[in-house]
Amino acid sequence: MSRNDDNWLLRVRNLTKIYGEPNDKTLSLTGPLFNSNICPETDSIVACAEIDFDLYPGEVLGIVGESGSGKSTVVKLLYFDMEKTLGGAWLRPYTNGLSNILEESNQKKRFIRNNLMGMVYQNPRDGLNFRFSSGGNIAEKLIMAGQMHVGDIRARASDLLNKTEVPVQRMDDRPSSFSGGMQQRVQISKAIANNPPLLFLDEVTTGLDVSVQARVLDLIRELQQDLGIAMIVVSHDLSVIRMLTDRTLVMKDGRIVESGLTDQILQDPQHAYSQLLVSSLL
Amino acid sequence: MVENKKYVNKYNFAFIDEATKKEIRRKLLKAVAIPGYQVPYSSPEMPISRGWGTGGLHVTLAVIGKADVFKIIDQGSDASVNACNLREFVHMMTNCKTTYDTTEATLIQTRHRIVEEELNENQIYIYQVPQPEPLRSVERYENKTRQMHGEADYAKMWVSLYESFVRHGDIMFGAGYPVKVNDRYVMAPSPIPKWDIPNINDSKALHLFGAGREKRLYAVPPYTKVEPLEFEDVKFHPEDFSSYECFKTGYNKAYLDELYFDDGSKHYVINDSNFLDKMVGHAPLNQHSNKYLDKLKHEQE
Repeated sequence: MSRNDDNWLLRVRNLTKIYGEPNDKTLSLTGPLFNSNICPETDSIVACAEIDFDLYPGEVLGIVGESGSGKSTVVKLLYFDMEKTLGGAWLRPYTNGLSNILEESNQKKRFIRNNLMGMVYQNPRDGLNFRFSSGGNIAEKLIMAGQMHVGDIRARASDLLNKTEVPVQRMDDRPSSFSGGMQQRVQISKAIANNPPLLFLDEVTTGLDVSVQARVLDLIRELQQDLGIAMIVVSHDLSVIRMLTDRTLVMKDGRIVESGLTDQILQDPQHAYSQLLVSSLL
Repeated sequence: MVENKKYVNKYNFAFIDEATKKEIRRKLLKAVAIPGYQVPYSSPEMPISRGWGTGGLHVTLAVIGKADVFKIIDQGSDASVNACNLREFVHMMTNCKTTYDTTEATLIQTRHRIVEEELNENQIYIYQVPQPEPLRSVERYENKTRQMHGEADYAKMWVSLYESFVRHGDIMFGAGYPVKVNDRYVMAPSPIPKWDIPNINDSKALHLFGAGREKRLYAVPPYTKVEPLEFEDVKFHPEDFSSYECFKTGYNKAYLDELYFDDGSKHYVINDSNFLDKMVGHAPLNQHSNKYLDKLKHEQE
């Protein structure tokens, strides 16, 4: 696929999230250079700052970094789970990329979330409602996008569960009775229910045992190839990043310290922190 | 106790003081202006405790005038304890005429039923509401439900209907079936049976709802669209009485109560006591008409 400045799917500029009350110097006194994301003057915490990147259709972008580096914050800001402090994001399928989605009204944000995005959280409890059946969870996403026919909803839900290898007989059971891997697959079904062009995966395999991890990763790769969804994969696990992603951002203390092709970063890391990450790979 | 000798009447007309009545009326105006929207109000102290019909009573006492004719029913009956006591109280405080006759009344307070006879433009219909929040079953936090109403985000409600259908093969709301008012707000119609739901739609009367314990007022103005939530293929339907009939009149196109006689036998009787009395006495009756009832009557012919 051709990459030029004009065919981006998601454009993120200067995305910043600060907790507390920052002053003028907060941004210049934090970051990897200072080995801290806490402002020494105001004690405000810079969860992430000055995040710039473009995501292209069908591309898989990895965000890697240690815990607390702000990688989850980036996807949560983009999925409207948190309010940004500064910056903007533009999504091509929404108003042809002309309006900053982070500054839209809640109603419009909900529309974008339901129709143009999907999110898979590390903990299935964040993405699924455990009081509803797994079919009901998928139905929620479909209903939010305006689907009001129970027969059609159930057909689509069983289709999705088939695709993600969850036994369809268990469609009307609650996810609380499922294993961790199955819960994660239900979450993936829900996230892709409306064929979104963009999917966020936040530490999806953390906490699953290795064989289940492999199957979930396989599934994600298949979906990516079949449906051509663009993805942002957040992980601290470089093997997940290597398996799934084309391009990678390395984050530390809320900033991007290095970005480039995944292979390049793994073979020839430039930044000291990336080198440390790669060398500590088992 | 020090006797109050300064005034001829011990209480203000309709018990509540004028300033508080004004407050309730203003909130009612807001409720009428935004059909289905829950307006917070003061819910002042009454001689009965909150949650025992104070919401309905507040509304009644705030809007009643000297010329009004008052009727009150509890589960369809003019004679049950709650109805008798509140009727007595309103009569003592206002000296208004009270009646059992649905067509004669100008102000009808109700607990959990809509009368079978059609309401007219001169009538105000007042509900006692235990739980005004239709989303409470799917979202326990008030700030969240208010936000959901504000953004018309009713997906969770719909999923709970879906879940109910999947689990039980039908949408299991026996009473208080959620409705959408004027294509905007989802509203709890108070625990009236499904039978009554279609009768709020496009009604000629003004419907006012008071929830005293929860301190909320809301309203459905006359001629307003009120639709039960239903899917394209799973529809709302009222209770089915086709295989029963009232043991006194043989009629089965009204909401029926189940009765057990002393010998253990089961019978059914029309729930609306005034409707039953009129039917037994062969008085003229003008029953509500709605698409479900009309279909039922049509099938019979």
